[in-house]
Amino acid sequence: MKNIQGEVWVFAEQEEGKLSDVPFELLGKARELASKLGVKVGAVLMGSGVESLAKPLFEAGADVVHLIDDPALKVYRNKAYRHAMVELVKEVNPQIAIFGATHMGRDLAPSVASALRCGLTADCTDLQIGDYEDKKTKETFTNVLHQIRPAFGGNIIATIVNARNWPQMATVREGVMKPLPREEGRKGEIVKHSAHLDGVEIPVEVVEIVRKASTVNLKGSRIIVCGGAGVGSKENFKLLHDLANVLGGAVGGSRAAVDLGYCEHERQIGQTGVTVRPALMISCGVSGAVQHLAGMQDSAKIIAINTDKDAPIFKVAHYGIVGDLNVVVPKLIKAIKSKGE
Amino acid sequence: MNGYTCVVCIKQVPDTKKVTGQAMKADGTINRAALPAIFNPEDKNALEAALSVKERYGGKVIAIAMGLPAATAILREALACGADEAVLVTDRKAAGSDTLATSYILSQAVKKFNPDLVFCGRQAIDGDTAQTGPQIGEKLDCAVVTYLEKLEIDGDTAIATRDIGTGVETCRAKLPALFTVTEKFGELRPYEMRRVMKYKNAEPTILDCAAIGCEDDRCGFAGSPTSVNKIESVVLAGGEFKEVAATDEGITIG
Repeated sequence: MKNIQGEVWVFAEQEEGKLSDVPFELLGKARELASKLGVKVGAVLMGSGVESLAKPLFEAGADVVHLIDDPALKVYRNKAYRHAMVELVKEVNPQIAIFGATHMGRDLAPSVASALRCGLTADCTDLQIGDYEDKKTKETFTNVLHQIRPAFGGNIIATIVNARNWPQMATVREGVMKPLPREEGRKGEIVKHSAHLDGVEIPVEVVEIVRKASTVNLKGSRIIVCGGAGVGSKENFKLLHDLANVLGGAVGGSRAAVDLGYCEHERQIGQTGVTVRPALMISCGVSGAVQHLAGMQDSAKIIAINTDKDAPIFKVAHYGIVGDLNVVVPKLIKAIKSKGE
Repeated sequence: MNGYTCVVCIKQVPDTKKVTGQAMKADGTINRAALPAIFNPEDKNALEAALSVKERYGGKVIAIAMGLPAATAILREALACGADEAVLVTDRKAAGSDTLATSYILSQAVKKFNPDLVFCGRQAIDGDTAQTGPQIGEKLDCAVVTYLEKLEIDGDTAIATRDIGTGVETCRAKLPALFTVTEKFGELRPYEMRRVMKYKNAEPTILDCAAIGCEDDRCGFAGSPTSVNKIESVVLAGGEFKEVAATDEGITIG
């Protein structure tokens, strides 16, 4: 049922009682969409003993927190979360539901969409409210969700709509949307719901979770030095670490650099890696495949270093240095060090 | 019980990594015909998972592809690597299917074989959605385990190790179960030459939507809630940048 008064929902992903970053990013976008539609923003908070997490969600832009607190939801499991979410959608009837394109979101959202038989667009990089004309039936739909995403390896940007089978669902890449500044003391309404799990068999039992100590924090870095295939070797990558160290930044890599074994997978920037928007990006020996550019072109300032003056990376760069990074990077390090003295 | 019946869903995709100047038309759209059609990379990892179950615990492996008859090529590859049966789901009614309709059609095909384990690649490189696997699992109403890295089986339970982004999870899933497999599971074993020769002209079992009991209004365009409103090619605008000389004089901080 299409409910044009329906809320705009954000799935408030949490693990071990801690909200991840992505709901805060999504709430920023949800506020924008909801104010265009003149409706409320709802956050869906599921877990066990997680009520205290409602407060930061209100302060980040939620008007309503739909809380499902149940011991069976302590650890994420597809069937349990799916079932609870599907029942909640049927009960409250939102018009839009957005999930982070995290491992959890990409597991949950498709399952929920499948059960509800509604559309879902994966890994969106933007969401807008707009109109849509079905060219076959000549029907016009107003105020539908335009779900914008790269496809075909990042070579095209598609706008997808789901005009008929609501809710309109999308997953959104991490790091793409900007959270609103925290509004301390902002209040909202907590609505408690049942998980409806009595008599539902959950076929999966989680035995153990080993958390990765995240040594790489690209998303949180204001300065990133990123290397590509042009770096030439794992040893040469050390040079980028040296540059990052003098700047207090982090080191990232293009897919090519990761595939060649120059740097670890968690450093990958681009469509299949992380999306970053640092204050300064220094790109070294990266040719600039569209898949890579999709993950870094919103950096505030981009310095590109490449031997090929026609490399696509220069098309997104603010400053370009045509030259060998093995020559240029030491000069940069020297210049920065001398400035500090 | 005599081993496990494994179904693996595989897809033939254009090699999107080969999108170069030649594959772009003058108007900025992609000339798909210029791209080689390949076995979706993570579906190869899924096939490896199925073959490793058969190798360790016995049973059989059925490879299912949905698409045009050209997809026979990847089904033959699957047979050459050790799959026992190859099935092609092909039907004009399936044209224009989004992930919801695709997962419906594939789930109907999978049900026909009553498998203990179903494997899909995590995602296909033409769409990168990672939706079809979990959606097949929802429709089969079985255990769903995504991002599989390691797998053991104990009777009617799978002990699976999966990547959850913030760490690695070990879980016990009651069979039947569906798994989406990532490259971390391990590379597909090489072809057996004997099997390459044996299956080089093999024809898969062909199934259409009616044969697997699909309702027409859940297939193809009719069964797809999403529509493409607009497609834009990524054309990099010739940006203006300030060139800095690669010399000590050029590189100064002031």
